[in-house]
Amino acid sequence: MGKPVAIIGSGQTHHGRRFDVTYPELVKEAVDAVFENTGLSPDDIDGVVSGTMPSMMEGVALTHFYFADVLRSVGKPILKTETCGSTGISLAFTGYYWVASGMADLILVVGSEKMNEGDSQATMTTVLEPFYQRFFISGAPGIFSMQSQEWSVRFGIPEDKVRAAATRISLDHHNDAFDNPYAHIKKKLTEDEINNARIITYPVRLWDVCPNSDGACAMIFASEKMANKIGKKVSWVKGLGYSGEEYWFGDSDKVRWQCAIDAARQAYDMAGIKNPRKELDVAEVYNPFTFQELLFYECFGFCDFGKACDLTLQGTFSREGELPCDPSGGTLCTNPIGATGLNRVAEAALQVTGQAGDHQISGAKMALAHAMGGVDQYNGVMIIGSEK
Amino acid sequence: MKKDFNTLSNVIRLPHKYAAGPTFTRFYNGLKEGKIYGTICPSCKKVFVPARSYCPDCLKNLDEWVEVSQEGEVVAWAYSDREFFGMPGKPPVVIALIKLDGTDCNFLHLVGGIKMENPDEVKSVIKKGTRVRAAWNDEKRGHMLDIRYFEPVS
Repeated sequence: MGKPVAIIGSGQTHHGRRFDVTYPELVKEAVDAVFENTGLSPDDIDGVVSGTMPSMMEGVALTHFYFADVLRSVGKPILKTETCGSTGISLAFTGYYWVASGMADLILVVGSEKMNEGDSQATMTTVLEPFYQRFFISGAPGIFSMQSQEWSVRFGIPEDKVRAAATRISLDHHNDAFDNPYAHIKKKLTEDEINNARIITYPVRLWDVCPNSDGACAMIFASEKMANKIGKKVSWVKGLGYSGEEYWFGDSDKVRWQCAIDAARQAYDMAGIKNPRKELDVAEVYNPFTFQELLFYECFGFCDFGKACDLTLQGTFSREGELPCDPSGGTLCTNPIGATGLNRVAEAALQVTGQAGDHQISGAKMALAHAMGGVDQYNGVMIIGSEK
Repeated sequence: MKKDFNTLSNVIRLPHKYAAGPTFTRFYNGLKEGKIYGTICPSCKKVFVPARSYCPDCLKNLDEWVEVSQEGEVVAWAYSDREFFGMPGKPPVVIALIKLDGTDCNFLHLVGGIKMENPDEVKSVIKKGTRVRAAWNDEKRGHMLDIRYFEPVS
């Protein structure tokens, strides 16, 4: 097992259509913010990790070189991590591994995306190989629509109940986003507006889907020695798990979704968590689609399979519920893909250090952060605690 | 007041010529003849379609070929009524996971030959377990879309 790893702090940009800055200027905002928030100097940093979705998103390859100056990485080692939608959580893992190995005391980790400058849906077709799957899966919604349909049919959940639970999730998160100063979509919606929104890929409708966001997130991971030396309130990585599946979409079961189940189980085992719904105080579940958030609740053991809709409708996962999920508004309201998973980790760390502001879950000490990548192929889970 | 700044337009065009290798080549040639081929794993005995050169689980080389059934059951489907980049045809389009009889994975393709002006029309005909059969284009060119779509077995 590696050495203990602390999170000193984070910096997020404002998200949205950021045509007011170039891509490196956007990244600079997050990097400047993390140094301002932590009081650390770039001179203290031993190495830098950078990550984005496929380079086709912005049409610039090897963006970590493009960002070298703003990442303050001159004279330092730099790594790039890229795992599609789970890039952000993989970035946090990379920072963790580097510090846990004992090879570094302070690592800067930065995720970013500028989705509005190109064609994000066309970019996502390049996640698929050209011989077979690319003809049928051009982008994310079709995959998640089929997955949610398979799930609801398998457990005999009536379609109107699934719709009602998805609507509740959409309504809650769009309200939550008003309390997150960095969130992209801040919109008052009604149930009717959500239920009757235009179809993206049936049964997924407009307000079931995340936006295209421009934004960046920076975090600093530290050794115990350095965390003690800095002497500020920090959070700690308590557990992590990452698991993947076969490449072809039709080869594995996406309902009893093994890589999601295994990623959570590995993280819980490491953190000593037996009953996640009771022991976690807040969860930042990667939720680009409302329907998928329901399935993640079940894969992560927040409830039994087939029960997420009932509990969601009872408010179990709302802000005042037993296990608040995505009080930041989550990926549903803000999705700069390469930064999104790192935003989840940053939000989890803010919660357990009592710094989440208007969306703070009172007394939160243990939080889950998660992201998913590929064609339903990979899941990563990190548990962040207030105590070592 | 919000300031507007310049933007710069740029197009990158990157043509590729992908090597299909012997397995996809034989699979595509099968499509040209109106046949769907799979391969069988000598170790786990699973039948994979499209034909693969290696088993995703055992990593054994797969060189036992089988012509698989052109009929199967719908596992799940999704409906789009708006055009998007890379869409296989004009909207509306129904993509589906289909379990072809005698195979051990889900095959990804289109469902068609039904009314699909709105999702309710699809829902009334296509469900999990609906039997479907491949409908082919008259002219075949050794391409994934030589199968026009899978239509319900009447």
